[in-house]
Amino acid sequence: MEVIKDLPEVFEEFAEQRKNSFLAVKQLKEKGIPIVGAYCTYFPQEIAMAMGAATVGLCSTSDETIPVAERDLPKNLCPLIKSSYGFAITDKCPFFYFSDVVVGETTCDGKKKMYEYMSEFKDVFIMELPNSQREESLKLWKSEIIRFKEYLEKKFDVEITEDQIREAIKVNNAGRRSLKRLYEVMRHDPAPIKGHDLFKVLYGSTFKFDRSAIPAEVDALVDKIEKEYAEGVMQEKKPRILVTGCPIGGATEKVIKAIEENGGIVVTYESCSGAKSIDKLVDEENPDVYDALAQRYLEIGCSVMTPNPNRLELLGRLMDEYQVDGVIEMLLQACHTYGVESRGIRKFVNEERGIPYMSVETDYSQADIGQLNTRIAAFIEML
Amino acid sequence: MDYVGIDIGSTASKVVARGSRDFHFTLPTGWNSKETALIIRDRLLEAGIDVGSEATKTIATGYGRVAVDFADYVVTEITCHARGGIEFAGKDCAIIDVGGQDTKVILVNQGMVQDFLMNDKCSAGTGKFLEIMANRLGITLQELFDMAAQGEVLPISSLCTVFAESEIISYIGEGRKREDIAAGVVDSVASKVAQMALRRELPEKIMLTGGLSGSTYFAKILSEKIGRKVQNAEYGRYAGALGASILAEEKTRRRQK
Repeated sequence: MEVIKDLPEVFEEFAEQRKNSFLAVKQLKEKGIPIVGAYCTYFPQEIAMAMGAATVGLCSTSDETIPVAERDLPKNLCPLIKSSYGFAITDKCPFFYFSDVVVGETTCDGKKKMYEYMSEFKDVFIMELPNSQREESLKLWKSEIIRFKEYLEKKFDVEITEDQIREAIKVNNAGRRSLKRLYEVMRHDPAPIKGHDLFKVLYGSTFKFDRSAIPAEVDALVDKIEKEYAEGVMQEKKPRILVTGCPIGGATEKVIKAIEENGGIVVTYESCSGAKSIDKLVDEENPDVYDALAQRYLEIGCSVMTPNPNRLELLGRLMDEYQVDGVIEMLLQACHTYGVESRGIRKFVNEERGIPYMSVETDYSQADIGQLNTRIAAFIEML
Repeated sequence: MDYVGIDIGSTASKVVARGSRDFHFTLPTGWNSKETALIIRDRLLEAGIDVGSEATKTIATGYGRVAVDFADYVVTEITCHARGGIEFAGKDCAIIDVGGQDTKVILVNQGMVQDFLMNDKCSAGTGKFLEIMANRLGITLQELFDMAAQGEVLPISSLCTVFAESEIISYIGEGRKREDIAAGVVDSVASKVAQMALRRELPEKIMLTGGLSGSTYFAKILSEKIGRKVQNAEYGRYAGALGASILAEEKTRRRQK
């Protein structure tokens, strides 16, 4: 990417990244590079990267394939799970189509049971993710990471060395550092860019097959944003919103739009496309690469964990660092873990931090945009 | 100066004008909010208030607020109902607004909206539910409340309006008394509204606004369910429009400072 491009153009380019990668994935495939598909932030990408495979996030954010999925799955299931399954079974997701193996984790109940059906028509490797972050859980998770490595070695008839894994850890950490630097531009008040534009880059970057290319591109973008900010290019001063909750993207970007069209600005995302998957690095000093990976990934503060203190830790830290005026949690319909946890989050945000909180429950349809607008506008009026 | 609040709800549109002359009126929203907005503009003009003039400040609210293109400001019904509700219940209160398509519980602390809840995209526990059931029973909303007061509650267990309607159809088929069905219908709506309100800690004063605020019977049933007195007022349906007109005045004064 050349630095001379205008920022809006750069943001759109990132937004288009997913579509552009459709072709790239085919080219990779033709070159004989294995593709490992995944759905979740818990997926330890470094293991697949270590054997030279390309990793990709699979389609799960549009309602287009939900009716087909509902032939096999219950209607009142989370839209993310239905959409994932629908894309898979209809072969409408090119990334899924080209994936040699799909990795799933035993995160929530809906997902792990859905993977059983997905295994009927695709090679699905299920990693057993523990429900808690105790010592014993770490042992299990570490052994699962090793089991995944051995599976890949056998399936592709390769050897994955610890040095290769160490290298992959370095590459991915460098990417995370750059992406973190990017979202940290929102510490500025007034914010330099729209939260939706930030999101486009964060989300788009997950479709970069060459992870080692991320730092150069993203750093150039950050430098440009900082330079323009210093010259006075910035957003209007608006109430600063933190978005938390279920994974957001695709159809649910309607929530980000509703916030920014109704007088707010999203300054940070405590969700899977945001800080949750980027905040922590893998320990490069740890001589045991599996231990380093297991620790880093198990620490993710997803609501499938019980208890889930790391989510509050990250949430509290982001609220301070980004001088947040209000917290909006997006809940996907029938997401039990985030749905139940929302009471605790509200308590934490309201009572411990004294900051307004609102949750909105939504699905992948666009039918509730009117209601979302009213709710979010009223919340912002309240700030 | 004249300050006009226009609240275009899904069922009824409410208008409150304050300033050189104080008056209010309501009209059905119909199927075209833009047309309704124009009718309102004409009626205000007949009454001597020109919304296009610099001497009139207008705030539009309600689900059709964007259709009022002559409004000076657009504010959500939550903020407007809270502002209007304060005039009835004081600066620390909860406002329960049962509207045509949504129900809101708004917590007001020292005159500011502190928190609010709103039903999801489902009509159970809203005015729409009552309207559909009254239609099914072949009576008006007022008659529904009057009959309910005479009846024994028949349980309606479905959470969904469409399924609840078929429950009612089977009650009709069984030849149950219309009064008892009516009592069941009102009870079901009040239960759902109470359930939503009880998700938050409620203050002493609770005020019912919106289309049902004229019904003392509904307020009574709701009070029983919540376990605390819910006040109602004939003028409560104008809370949103009144709030909008007060906010128009406050915004204008703040700008002048």
